[in-house]
Amino acid sequence: MAMIEIRNVSKWYGEFNVLKDCSTTVDKGQVVVVCGPSGSGKSTLIKCVNALEPFQQGDITVNGQSLCDPATNLPKLRAHIGMVFQNFELFPHMRVLDNLNLGQTKVLKRDRATARDRSLELLKRVGLEAHAQKYPGELSGGQQQRVAIARALAMDPIAMLFDEPTSALDPEMINEVLDVMVALAKEGMTMMVVTHEMGFARQVAHRVIFMDEGSIVEDTSKEEFFGSPRSERAQQFLSKILHH
Amino acid sequence: MNYNWNWAIFFEMSPEGTGTYLDTFFWGLGWTISTSMLAWSMALALGTVVGVLRTTPYPWVVRLGDAYVELFRNVPLIVQMFLWYFVLPELVPKAAGDWLKQLPNASFYNAFIALGFYTSARVAEQVRAGIQSLPRGQRMAGTAIGLTLPQTYGYVLLPMAFRIIVPPLTSEFMNTVKNSAVGLTIGLLELTGRARAMQEFSFQVFEAFTAATIAYVMITITIVLTMRWLERRVAIPGFIAAGNATR
Repeated sequence: MAMIEIRNVSKWYGEFNVLKDCSTTVDKGQVVVVCGPSGSGKSTLIKCVNALEPFQQGDITVNGQSLCDPATNLPKLRAHIGMVFQNFELFPHMRVLDNLNLGQTKVLKRDRATARDRSLELLKRVGLEAHAQKYPGELSGGQQQRVAIARALAMDPIAMLFDEPTSALDPEMINEVLDVMVALAKEGMTMMVVTHEMGFARQVAHRVIFMDEGSIVEDTSKEEFFGSPRSERAQQFLSKILHH
Repeated sequence: MNYNWNWAIFFEMSPEGTGTYLDTFFWGLGWTISTSMLAWSMALALGTVVGVLRTTPYPWVVRLGDAYVELFRNVPLIVQMFLWYFVLPELVPKAAGDWLKQLPNASFYNAFIALGFYTSARVAEQVRAGIQSLPRGQRMAGTAIGLTLPQTYGYVLLPMAFRIIVPPLTSEFMNTVKNSAVGLTIGLLELTGRARAMQEFSFQVFEAFTAATIAYVMITITIVLTMRWLERRVAIPGFIAAGNATR
């Protein structure tokens, strides 16, 4: 069953065509890695999936609900799609625990005690229960990103979107974040991940999408992608990032 | 300089026959404080709303907010006071105009409303700047967890924006107190008005304006200290931009 279905999506920033007729699907329980050179539109594409970025043509459905259907309650739909950003985007004026509670109490209308229990459970899961009362500014980048993942999970999402979750991290902090993501993938979470971490792709991805200049150039199984990339551009890209 | 200092003048009866000069000073102080506090509350409330509107994703709402700001900050405050006090009652239907002219304390209402609108345009500009200084991802993060636009402003954007703009808002608050003196041009007997009256009745100009100066400085120092306390109070551990929490 397709959890996320992207059909012929095109987007323009004024004259500039950022997305060109992109189509793909992410099935329930699948992990799809989106890669490509910077400026290829991969971040824009993933932000279109929960309608953070508007698009002019095509349609996206998530769990059968179309983003373009005026009857779709976008805030409600977004609440069920977890999103993790490159720069964490924790709310700096709230303690870690309150960052996790906010969506649960204000959007899902959980009572405070239930939300708190769920938050602490998730913080424990990402190994940060000791930091529940701290402010985001007091944590390292890797810790902040793990809190951000926990915040997204607190909404009990049906799918998770990751927009370059490790790009803003110091090298020694990348693995602690990837470990959490690998564990999620192994549990069967539906995930769409924009990343250059090819090790992560090799380990847990089912499919790899390669984008270039706003188009989806490759959309293949992981085995095929790492075995014999068909497009020359993808081959060039892979040879550049797989050197070391 | 041949000047006859007489500090005891404050304890003499003012020719209005309602009390000593000192009493009239305190009434003036009362009008200054009530005019500026009401104007400031109004400016803060209106300015926040307009500032928020100017950062919404709806172009026509943004333009409406921009027009508001340009209207109230491009006309001198004294002209705005004259417009509210002298021109408005002539523009509205005659019955309403007469009612406006006969209002008790009309100059007080006109002064704080004019000052409130004028200052709100400046507050709106600062609120807008505060919101726009936040990373774009903050709004996205709020939206992504399913918050509606008003919730995103209320829980995510404004709490941070206000922390960032505490210093310029402090200056704006102090300006409101000082600008309330313009009220004397439409007959509001606030602090400066009282000092002038005392000068005209008693010729003790230095005493009168020394007292007024001290009173203004006391008010503004109180504001500075309160706002500094507030800034420290809401500072976020580990966050440098607001307050000096990490230093």
